[in-house]
Amino acid sequence: MTVATETTTGAVPPPSKEDVIVVNKMNKWYGNFHVLQDIDLSVRKGERIVVCGPSGSGKSTLIRTMNRLETYQSGEIYVDGILLGDDVKNIEAVRREVCMVFQHFNLFPHMTVLENLTLAPIWVRKMPKKEATELAMHYLERVRIAEQALKYPGQLSGGQQQRVAIARSLCMQPKIMLFDEPTSALDPEMVKEVLDVMVELAKEGMTMLCVTHEMGFAKEVADRVIFMDAGQIVEMAGPHEFFDNPKSDRTKLFLSQILSH
Amino acid sequence: MSENAKLPPLPTGTFATRAITWSKKNLFDGWFNTILTLGSIAFLMWLIPPIVEWAIVNATLSPTIEGCAEATGACWGFVNANLRLILFGTYPFDEQWRPLLAMILLMGIICGSLGAVKYPSFRKAIIPMWVIGVPIIAILMWGGVFGLTYVQNSYWGGLPLTLILSSIGVIFAFPFGLLLALGRQSHMPAIKTVSVVYIEVIRGVPLITVLFMASVMFPLFLPDGVTIDKLLRAQIGIILFTAAYLAEVFRGGLQAVPRGQFEAGDSLALSYWQSMRLIILPQALRLVIPPTVNSFISMFKDTTLVVIIGLFDFLGTVKLALRSDPAWTKYYVEGYAFAAAIFFLICFSMAKYSAYLEKELRKGERR
Repeated sequence: MTVATETTTGAVPPPSKEDVIVVNKMNKWYGNFHVLQDIDLSVRKGERIVVCGPSGSGKSTLIRTMNRLETYQSGEIYVDGILLGDDVKNIEAVRREVCMVFQHFNLFPHMTVLENLTLAPIWVRKMPKKEATELAMHYLERVRIAEQALKYPGQLSGGQQQRVAIARSLCMQPKIMLFDEPTSALDPEMVKEVLDVMVELAKEGMTMLCVTHEMGFAKEVADRVIFMDAGQIVEMAGPHEFFDNPKSDRTKLFLSQILSH
Repeated sequence: MSENAKLPPLPTGTFATRAITWSKKNLFDGWFNTILTLGSIAFLMWLIPPIVEWAIVNATLSPTIEGCAEATGACWGFVNANLRLILFGTYPFDEQWRPLLAMILLMGIICGSLGAVKYPSFRKAIIPMWVIGVPIIAILMWGGVFGLTYVQNSYWGGLPLTLILSSIGVIFAFPFGLLLALGRQSHMPAIKTVSVVYIEVIRGVPLITVLFMASVMFPLFLPDGVTIDKLLRAQIGIILFTAAYLAEVFRGGLQAVPRGQFEAGDSLALSYWQSMRLIILPQALRLVIPPTVNSFISMFKDTTLVVIIGLFDFLGTVKLALRSDPAWTKYYVEGYAFAAAIFFLICFSMAKYSAYLEKELRKGERR
């Protein structure tokens, strides 16, 4: 981690009860390609973290390791105190507490919006159908889309679909939410409606890790911004310091590219 | 009406003028289409009248050889005279109401199940229908209880046999094929290898070989004294064969479901089987309705091959009837035409149902 040490990675705080995610010297390879290199990161309860970086930098892969959609080859990840390794029981336990919102929504096209939302509570949480429906309607109202409950995902706009996807995650009442470029596949006029929902969530104290290029969102809600490049965490800082006073040349270059318009 | 009108002319005028407008647009649109239209008409005029003349005008239903000899057209009398032999094979003559009833019951259950697929509240009735229906069919066919005389299944034949072999074939080949398809995609090397080898070996040999193996070689591997019925062996052969083909059809469907659907299931903490049953398979199977029905149609027709191991399916009983009296033998065209018509009717119904099902299942999901 020669590059990372010469920039501000921020001293890794020792694991404490407050840390809901601890990533310790984690490495991942795709064949010979070293996608994630010596990642150290801890996330406190209620913390909002924005991960940015050029495409191919490993930012999506990093958050996908946190609910085991991606494996890793060395190091450790603890989520909510549970070691996330090959153990299937542990993986399922982690996935009950960590939900992910995807770039392409990944709603289930053969089910209505309501069925999309009640599926996991009924089958994973073993909730009675009536209770699950009430829960689903509650979250649909929160993302302001309750009137679409009986439609199929294909009948909704992209922004509406992404809000449904967020509500679907919330129905699992997760401790942590991961967002993998949630607005990248949306038409520009729909970005705001999704970001508004995410800002509300952030203000209510949800622990969030969010891969995004929405720098306005980062400035508004992030506690820390992480900049990744070539599989490494290059810079990690509070939003003011990150945007106003970046330390690394790579961060400066990246910021100048995305903020130039 | 001007030829250069910008908008298509509204359908006005008498029926005759509309017909002329329609045919100008659809049949005589340019010299090439005009030639094709005239050529097709000439071909149909050459083809249809002789067939109609042979099959209807000059045909006879007279169920005697003498009556047939007088007719210049088709001798449907052959079918008429041998109908019960063709339909029920060598099943004891006086007991043939039993396979008839069994066949009607089986058709009823099949139609009931196919109709219920559309309505979630009726879907629950499908399994009980089969659980109750199949034993009744078995009792009707075998007998031996309730005062019905016992009929060995080597006497079964004709249409009931064909329908039983194919419907039992579908019912067991479907889940088995599904397991093979999932096995082939498994991350566990042993399961994957077994599935791949099974599929490739079975697909690589003709059904006749599988039936011969089941009929001749399989008993050699069994310990002395243990015998498995010939009909059951043929049935197992058909199931094993069809499952391998279905497995590949289902694999196509599984691969067509986007990766994101698997990931969404995983990220909601659904188990593998929950994800498969609730998310992946409903989408995958819907995508492969046409090739699945294709496989079933294929299997339905392939059941005719059981004749080579000495079972008389519907086509086999037609042959049996042709041979029953040397005088009938020359009316094989009529016999096979009748068999073809019945096969076509059933296969065409399957194709129509598949189209209907596809349309029904997509309702509401389309924008």
